[in-house]
Amino acid sequence: MVLLLFIFVLAGFLGFELIQRVPSQLHTPLMSGSNAISGITIVGAILASGAIEGQMGIILGFIALILATVNVVGGYMVTDRMLAMFHSKKGDK
Amino acid sequence: MDLLINFAYIVASILFIFGIKMLGSADTARRGNQISSLGMLIAVVAVLLTSGMNYTWIIAGLAIGAVIGAVTAKRVQMTGMPELVALFNGFGGLASLLVGWAEYAARPEPSAETGAAVILAILIGGITFTGSLIAYLKLSGKMGGNATLFGGQKALNALIALAIVGLGFVFVTTHAPWALYALIALSLLLGVLAVIPIGGGDMPVVIAILNSFSGLAASAAGFVIQNNVLIVAGCLVGASGLILSIIMCKAMNRTLGNVLFGSFGAATGNTGQAVEGEMKAATAEDAYYVLEAAQSVVFVPGYGMAVAQAQHAVKELAQILESNGAEVRFAIHPVAGRMPGHMNVLLAEADVPYEQLAEMDDVNPIMSTVDVAIVIGANDVVNPAAVEDESSPIYGMPIIKVYEAKTVYALKRGQGAGFSGLVNTLFFRENTRMLYGDAKDTITTLVTQFKD
Repeated sequence: MVLLLFIFVLAGFLGFELIQRVPSQLHTPLMSGSNAISGITIVGAILASGAIEGQMGIILGFIALILATVNVVGGYMVTDRMLAMFHSKKGDK
Repeated sequence: MDLLINFAYIVASILFIFGIKMLGSADTARRGNQISSLGMLIAVVAVLLTSGMNYTWIIAGLAIGAVIGAVTAKRVQMTGMPELVALFNGFGGLASLLVGWAEYAARPEPSAETGAAVILAILIGGITFTGSLIAYLKLSGKMGGNATLFGGQKALNALIALAIVGLGFVFVTTHAPWALYALIALSLLLGVLAVIPIGGGDMPVVIAILNSFSGLAASAAGFVIQNNVLIVAGCLVGASGLILSIIMCKAMNRTLGNVLFGSFGAATGNTGQAVEGEMKAATAEDAYYVLEAAQSVVFVPGYGMAVAQAQHAVKELAQILESNGAEVRFAIHPVAGRMPGHMNVLLAEADVPYEQLAEMDDVNPIMSTVDVAIVIGANDVVNPAAVEDESSPIYGMPIIKVYEAKTVYALKRGQGAGFSGLVNTLFFRENTRMLYGDAKDTITTLVTQFKD
């Protein structure tokens, strides 16, 4: 558990370092892109819904899995659509 | 096999890190997003390799979720982006809550650490879910965007927070299911109560914070199931969301605590000095003659442009002005609109060239050389009271100094005040003319005038 906490703290600092200054133009894609990453909880949902026994846990995991998948798939696709707009415009110039 | 899975998690984490880094720069952003989605794919494939799983529910869940997500993502209009991001965010939060709950349902005698992690996943996930839901309702206009306040609100929130701590203690020590259910209910309630007192103009901050929370919820879920990739990815999102919220707060000259706990203006009842003068209305025709002669024009878009869906008409006008010999810029305030970067997305959708977009700090120094500034549905971000009136609640907030331009046209639906309820002294200035009506109609009329 302590090791996990250690990883958490390191990842936090890394996150701060990575995104010190973001141009405001990218705020929305950054947000929706990182939002898709937060759907990583999908891994936990898969583990829970794939359990062999324990009906309650499977049901909860199944609902979690649907929600997390919406979050992941929708999040990445929307972000890509947005960034494609930024991109094509640059290509014109 | 376990070794392989863990190795795959490390690869996924690295891809997330690179993905987020690349999202922070315009040239690499799209690739960054694709890289982070590749990381997600690897993580999902890896966990599927876990031995001893029943795949029926997994495949069904993945399929249903993927279809819903893909269809929604394809269908949404760019103007509907803020509420969609809020909604997806809420889903992520709820998923983390359920993962924590499912773990407890499967193994009802958690150790103290795991128990604490379950509580955190439920608490943060629950707040993220209902908070995002309220934000979604406010952003999509299904619920009034104003701050909802009632007496004893803060006391109630404090009481709930206290109850959560108490229940958390009971749960960790006794593993009683009722304590868990009560925690779930209170977390969901707290999410609602935390967001309803926050008004529309503060939404960019709220969305950024909720974004950060959804990451932390995933991280907490990672502690529950002792999984590194959840912890790392969730924490990265938590940190990036926090940075965004801080950027947003700076753009409003407020602290995070102030946005979350102090309701804007309403709490103090202070609306600044009385304003002298009157608002002078103009017609589109008047504006046409001035614009025709203008050498440099700055557009200042705000939430009103999003509401009127005027971005395409605005782009057309900008093009005409440019071919007419004027220098055209768009000045974008960091908190214009309802989510971070809202205006950039809309203008990108309308194909406004990147070179014409200017940030506030770049445009302010040259504002006095600008012939015409056109304010489209922006209000508080151009209110000179932020610079001049020390008694104003928004005093000190950085603004786009359109009042320094030779002529200002303010497009506005009616005579009302902005979200903050403040009177905008800009509208009473000698050099300001009001163009009342729907922003899209007004701009379209101007475009037609030029074409004739």
